Amino acid sequence: MRAFLYDRPTAVGEAVAAVAADPQAAFLAGGTTQVDLMKDGVWTPDRLVDITRLPLRGILVESQQLKVGALTTMEQLAAEPVVEQRLTFVREALLLGASVQLRNMATIGGNLLQRTRCRYFRDPTVSACNRRSPDSGCAAVDNVARMHAVLGVDERCIALHASDVAVPLIAVEASVLVDGPSGQRRIPLTEFWVRADEGPSIENVLGHGDLITEIDIPLLPQGWRSGYLKVRDRASYEFALTSAAVALQMDGDMIGDIRIALGGVGSVPWRAREAEEMLRGTHVDPVRFEQAGRAVMASAFTVPGTAFKVDLAVRTLSRQLLTMTEASR
Amino acid sequence: MKTTRTTARAPSAQDQYTVDVFTVVNGAPAQWRVDTRTTLLEALRDTAGLTGTKRGCDQGACGACTVHVDGQRVLSCLMLAAQVDGRQVTTVEGLAGELGPHPLQEAFMRHDAFQCGFCTPGQLMSAACLLREGRAGSDADIREYMSGNLCRCGAYDNIVAAIRDVAKGTD
Repeated sequence: MRAFLYDRPTAVGEAVAAVAADPQAAFLAGGTTQVDLMKDGVWTPDRLVDITRLPLRGILVESQQLKVGALTTMEQLAAEPVVEQRLTFVREALLLGASVQLRNMATIGGNLLQRTRCRYFRDPTVSACNRRSPDSGCAAVDNVARMHAVLGVDERCIALHASDVAVPLIAVEASVLVDGPSGQRRIPLTEFWVRADEGPSIENVLGHGDLITEIDIPLLPQGWRSGYLKVRDRASYEFALTSAAVALQMDGDMIGDIRIALGGVGSVPWRAREAEEMLRGTHVDPVRFEQAGRAVMASAFTVPGTAFKVDLAVRTLSRQLLTMTEASR
Repeated sequence: MKTTRTTARAPSAQDQYTVDVFTVVNGAPAQWRVDTRTTLLEALRDTAGLTGTKRGCDQGACGACTVHVDGQRVLSCLMLAAQVDGRQVTTVEGLAGELGPHPLQEAFMRHDAFQCGFCTPGQLMSAACLLREGRAGSDADIREYMSGNLCRCGAYDNIVAAIRDVAKGTD
């Protein structure tokens, strides 16, 4: 691991200033992605500004939303009773991710910023990686691929955003508060990540020194139900091959309103607006569920190792829609 | 270098890449001066000489390095030693009480819940937290909430049986 200086400020402004002043500095939170990448030599900051002692931990429950401190851990957010009642799919996504040990360390802010698990990105002996080094190529496209994206990608990069909780968070239109060198701003998660096919080396809209301080999560209205279905290679402690986050409100036997996002398929957590529009105001119909899934996956870019994800994502979404509408059928 | 505590000496160039960590390990105060890169796992094994905590994958995948920080189970291979400054660390050496082994340790022995034993310290530390978290209600729950601890020997059935025994208070 490359040598680094270590600071541990206790105020947000101090932390932002410390990183902003040094182009080679970076924030350190739970470390579950970062320490791993530093050991691999993929990420080589000269200075780490440890933000884990900043007062950014805890959950404020308001009538319409949760204000979640960026350092709140995955386990802490999952344990919040309001999350279980009003954001069921957020709780399910949290508890289906990683292991308890990792969830005790990983913060919600860090989860949103996690780097791709692409094995070629994480192996510095692989030179072709447009995400690591612009214009160097993409080893994943020509070699063994499986845990890779099929939406929001092209031949330049098929890196997957592997977060589970980000999937329901983008469905419910959460936003982040960011403190940075130029002040504070709010960024909706729908505008936070940058698709790999829009620039493989840029992952999100944050600038150097920008720090997520809070995640605001709107509560689902009363009467909505939600759930997260995750399909993976083993029963637990594994990333998603595909996943579906669905929240909906039934109006008799019709789908009144609906929110859908897919995981395991996109270079960014994937909001499925086409499917929402096809299903809103319609009767429960498994054929239509599949058509909605096909519409989302129509723009898929696949390589031999990821071609299975198109059908799997359609079926994952269809099954979750059936589960969520079950009481009405 | 800035830490939460300052030292009286003026920092030399080398000191910029070291950090003083004041922590409590298994109930006893500890002070380490370590390279900033030192993980908690390395500090426990190499600085504190507590080799019960095992280095398995060293990349957060196997759970062999599981310890408790402020009572919660974490992976010591992915945590910097500097991050436990001012916090309480418990390792497998601190699991047993003055009156003898922890009930989980007794149960693991009785159920033959290991073969090579390399993953066992992590399994024990993880299981001790699982019991406190109230997640041992069923075998399925035990398997799910122990899934961060791998056992290459495949002693899982016996590990689950040992934890189930302690959870039910049949020991």
